[in-house]
Amino acid sequence: MTLTPRISRRAVVKAAAASTVLGAPGLLLAQARPIKVGLIHPVSGALAYSGGQGRMGCQMAIDEINAAGGIKALGGARLEATLGDSQSRPEVGVAEVERLHQENVAAYVGCFSSAIALPATQAAAKYNTPFMIDVGVSDAIVSRGLKNVFRLAPGNGKCVDDAFAGLAEVNKAAGGVAKSVLLVHEDSEFGTSTARLLQGKISGVGLEVKEVLKHATPTRDFSNLVLRVKSLKPDLVIISNYQNEYVLLARTMHQQRVDVAGMFSVLGGGFNYRLVKEQPDVAQYMMDFNHWYNPNNPKAQAMRKAVEARGGLFTFEVYCGYNAVKCYADAIERARSAEKDKVIAALETSTWSDHFMPYGPTKFVNGQNTGGRAVLLQASKTDIDVVWPNEFAGAKPVFPKPKFG
Amino acid sequence: MDATILLAAAINGLLIGGIYTLVASGLTLIYGVLHIINFAHGSMLMLAMFGVFFLLTKAGIDPYAALLVMVPAMFALGYLLYRGVIGRFSSGKDENILLITLGLSILIENLALMFFKGDTRTISVAYSDKMVELGPLLVSLPKIISFVAAMVLCGVLGLWMQRSDTGKAIRAVAKERMGARLVGIDVDRVFAVSYGIGLATLGAAACLLMPIFYVSPTIGHVFVIVAFTVVVLGGMGSFLGAVVGGLIVGLTESFGGLFLGESLGQIGISLIFILILLLRPSGLFGAGR
Repeated sequence: MTLTPRISRRAVVKAAAASTVLGAPGLLLAQARPIKVGLIHPVSGALAYSGGQGRMGCQMAIDEINAAGGIKALGGARLEATLGDSQSRPEVGVAEVERLHQENVAAYVGCFSSAIALPATQAAAKYNTPFMIDVGVSDAIVSRGLKNVFRLAPGNGKCVDDAFAGLAEVNKAAGGVAKSVLLVHEDSEFGTSTARLLQGKISGVGLEVKEVLKHATPTRDFSNLVLRVKSLKPDLVIISNYQNEYVLLARTMHQQRVDVAGMFSVLGGGFNYRLVKEQPDVAQYMMDFNHWYNPNNPKAQAMRKAVEARGGLFTFEVYCGYNAVKCYADAIERARSAEKDKVIAALETSTWSDHFMPYGPTKFVNGQNTGGRAVLLQASKTDIDVVWPNEFAGAKPVFPKPKFG
Repeated sequence: MDATILLAAAINGLLIGGIYTLVASGLTLIYGVLHIINFAHGSMLMLAMFGVFFLLTKAGIDPYAALLVMVPAMFALGYLLYRGVIGRFSSGKDENILLITLGLSILIENLALMFFKGDTRTISVAYSDKMVELGPLLVSLPKIISFVAAMVLCGVLGLWMQRSDTGKAIRAVAKERMGARLVGIDVDRVFAVSYGIGLATLGAAACLLMPIFYVSPTIGHVFVIVAFTVVVLGGMGSFLGAVVGGLIVGLTESFGGLFLGESLGQIGISLIFILILLLRPSGLFGAGR
């Protein structure tokens, strides 16, 4: 697509004359066409909540950019969200990429789920349309040589590396109480790939994997699985699954009074403010490695307030979506164009730092921002705190967690 | 394998089976007796669960006390829905009903998504984490309550179908619609009442489920396939079938999970579905048509 306004030569002459006369040099630029950004999220189906959150974050960024005068390098061109719903299904995600392509989107932002992002980015690659991954942690997304795909947040490889660095440090500080681990994961791409990575790294920090248990999505009852956990007596339980099952599993673990040093998740789908609010006893002491904002950044705090003021929860989908859009907008500014090739080139050399994530300036290698990192979080009865790394920590980790009385 | 674990799996299977029975009991009435394939069953369960959720969070009404509100409310909803929408637009044709209930489910689910958002919500009441020691096992009290309630509910409904005039009328309509009309039974009313009762059982199921489970706009999908399996297995229209079917499905899932893992274990439910359709299409307790 082209973003040059279709204006006849005569009109240009007239406008130039007028601008000279009226002293309005911005007249031509003010007519800049909006830049369509295709937002593809699962806003219905099993992942609807997360998808809706992601969409909200992206829209907040778009509104903010437009309110601040649009893309300045393009004469204040506005960003326009073109909405897609992947219905939590990969094939629908691909169909939405095709549909939005017909609507001439300049870029895509999405997809929340790795399983959807994998085929969707591939479909977008045919048109060389930039695709900003907001959430979608499978490393396969950025390791297939697709030039159009960029991810600001860390992939699961990096999250797992960070998780083990954090876990090792927290465990060491507690005198090395944890020695064995039991892995529980959901059996689609996200849970399986994360668990595989975890399994490979666990021995590196002096821990032993006792067993790996997988479950389907949805799973209606975790009683048997928790009994297995109880009989295996691991020191740590590490979970990797989506929101509904996370909540159900955490609750069953709590009800069955499973004493472990720590319940720990990497990218735990249900670890959020909702859990803390509705199930404070279950949530307390749960730990999660996840995408999180820099709690010391005033802009992040302001945005959290704004989201909460409208009755929402400031979950990672919101600010990952928000920052993905902002990163894309920064690339357009620097490319001084929304043309796909130019934006992709600008993203490849991006050093954007106006985000509020605990990352440094962006540096994309094969589409992955190498500075992206996850942090260790722990729930208290009332809030969620960053407990590692120390430079972002708002509280000290409670580890090992107190035993059931 | 350790005997304790087998015993635990059996108990867990029976308890979750009780929940399946609860959800399936209304379906067996609607699907089995009236031969309506109620695609809206899952979304109605979801509505009822949100009802219980909001009764507690907005009005402070305990989920079990909410039975007094939800059961009549869901009956009224079912009755009016049948009279106002399903009955009116179906012209008495089963295939129309199928499409209408499918349409209703899509509509309701998406409205729920719009108003309630796709979030997973849970409730916390004083007894939600109460555990009862059964030998070496800790069993959740609300699960035991839901199990007992499911058995009582099916027993009462089964007896009511056998003994009461309305129950007899429902069975008469199910067997021979024209004949029922000829002896003076108001067939349309019987349909609406049955649909109402079917939904009322979902009202009860929602009250008993909420202390154990979570609710989100797509919660219906989690239960509806299982509920259909239970109905097909137990025999359409049989409450005893719903109980036995629910328990068999619960046990299959539990032991499947134990021996094959929670991931592959769920294959058992689909296997039962296929086997029962091949070997005994009328179900364990269903009368052949």
